[in-house]
Amino acid sequence: MTPAIEVKQMHKRFGTVTALGGVDLEINPGEFFALLGPNGAGKTTLIHILAGLILASSGSARVMGHDVVTSYREARRLLGVVPQELVFDPFFTVRETLAIQSGYYGLKNNDPWIDEIIHHLDLADKANTNMRALSGGMKRRVLVAQALVHKPPVIVLDEPTAGVDVELRQALWRFIKQLNRDGHTIVLTTHYLDEAEALCSRVAMLKQGKIVALDSVRNLINSISGVSLRLRLSPDTLPAALLPLLSSCDEGYYVLAVKDYSQIEGVLTVLRGEQVQVLEMRLLQPDLEEVFVKIMGSTESRELA
Amino acid sequence: MTGFYTLFHKELLRFWKVGFQTVLAPVLTALLYLLIFSHVLEDHVQAYPGVAYTIFLIPGLVMMAVLQNAFANSSSSLIQSKVTGNIVFVLLSPLSYREIFLAYVLASVARGLVVGLGVYLVTLGFFEVPLRSFLWVLLFALLGSALLGALGIIAGIWAEKFDQLAAFQNFIILPLTFLSGVFYSIHSLPPFWQSLSHFNPFFYMIDGFRYGFFGVSDISPYFSFAIVTTCFLAVSWLTLQMLKTGYKLRH
Repeated sequence: MTPAIEVKQMHKRFGTVTALGGVDLEINPGEFFALLGPNGAGKTTLIHILAGLILASSGSARVMGHDVVTSYREARRLLGVVPQELVFDPFFTVRETLAIQSGYYGLKNNDPWIDEIIHHLDLADKANTNMRALSGGMKRRVLVAQALVHKPPVIVLDEPTAGVDVELRQALWRFIKQLNRDGHTIVLTTHYLDEAEALCSRVAMLKQGKIVALDSVRNLINSISGVSLRLRLSPDTLPAALLPLLSSCDEGYYVLAVKDYSQIEGVLTVLRGEQVQVLEMRLLQPDLEEVFVKIMGSTESRELA
Repeated sequence: MTGFYTLFHKELLRFWKVGFQTVLAPVLTALLYLLIFSHVLEDHVQAYPGVAYTIFLIPGLVMMAVLQNAFANSSSSLIQSKVTGNIVFVLLSPLSYREIFLAYVLASVARGLVVGLGVYLVTLGFFEVPLRSFLWVLLFALLGSALLGALGIIAGIWAEKFDQLAAFQNFIILPLTFLSGVFYSIHSLPPFWQSLSHFNPFFYMIDGFRYGFFGVSDISPYFSFAIVTTCFLAVSWLTLQMLKTGYKLRH
């Protein structure tokens, strides 16, 4: 099966700065994939190379088997990109903008599909409004719509929910999930790790231009063994026997790291024995954010060493 | 073809929607030049025997309007798109660099011809200007506006800010236009300046264009045509190379 996206040994240098230092990545058709990483990790650079907005220093990238440089026309027809910045052409209305974008892709009589996108993105009221007069959220919707005019099998969204209100965020993800169910491959970057965890099947974590983790969300979370137990106690002292488990203590809350669920029983036994009452107890399961913090932190210490 | 046609159409709409600034304003400017220069110089200058100065001036002003507006169209469209970031919509699309080139150049030609025609038609209301050969007029108007349209693409790609574009316009385009013989026949110049004028491609565009009206010119229109064509091909080649390699567009 041809990968939806295939990146091989991708290097990109801007002067002396290395933005990408040898990225290899394969994304399968139909995947819902997230590129995660701190600011400046190279996520946008990678996306821009796929889109042909940036030329790689070395390495290759393919969209559905088409090289983004040598067969750029085919590659670009198969790719829809929602850029991170809120850009728009102030000369045109929403509908004109979408009709023009369709035309760039060689599509005539694309009105039925344009109407459908306008409907799904809740833009119907604004269809004949000039782009200048739209709010930021509305402009963001138009950007998404523009990326979809040519029904690309691969859709890339670069921080689509940055600075977007809850309502739009939910509407947007509903629509994107629908597109994914219909067979579109989705690649997104986001700083909201809960979004990535809820939506994506697989993630890649980038740091300083390199992939430092690439796995399914489930495997990544499972890689963090154990759970945390958050307790408020009366009297407010942790029995000495439990001190080795203590991972943090904050305003009367003790967070204990336990290896597995069976260990919880032992903790409670100790508390009972010391006649300490449990006022509150919460089980904290590891999430993608924890994995992210751990991976970003660990590579940092390795680099320092 | 649809992709090219869409971009071309978009570029036409872009200037047409603000026609007050992009068409009417330059027509008015050209008419002011005509009013002032003809008033001041009518009695002092006779460029060609039997041709009144004002009548001599009109084709020059028409061509100047054609050239300046052709340049302004592609260059300002590109710099605006670059500064506001919406150039990304063109760059993301499968449009080939040739299609992009052609769309911007033809839109520039259209703007140049519309403004030139505007100036010409208004002056016809007041003066009688002969028209010897419409073919030469059209040929030089097309070639000249295409050349300046391509030059506008280069300037628009090269400039990163509006003031850099303004510098390109003020220090290159404007002096070359003003010193091209719009306002005078180069035979009235001292020998040194006369020979220097022969290195100015704008001179050939104006001179050839004027030949179409009067059947008289400083040099043969065939020679001018060859020079302007050569310049157009050279500038087009450079523009296409810039677009192909993504110079300052795809980093």
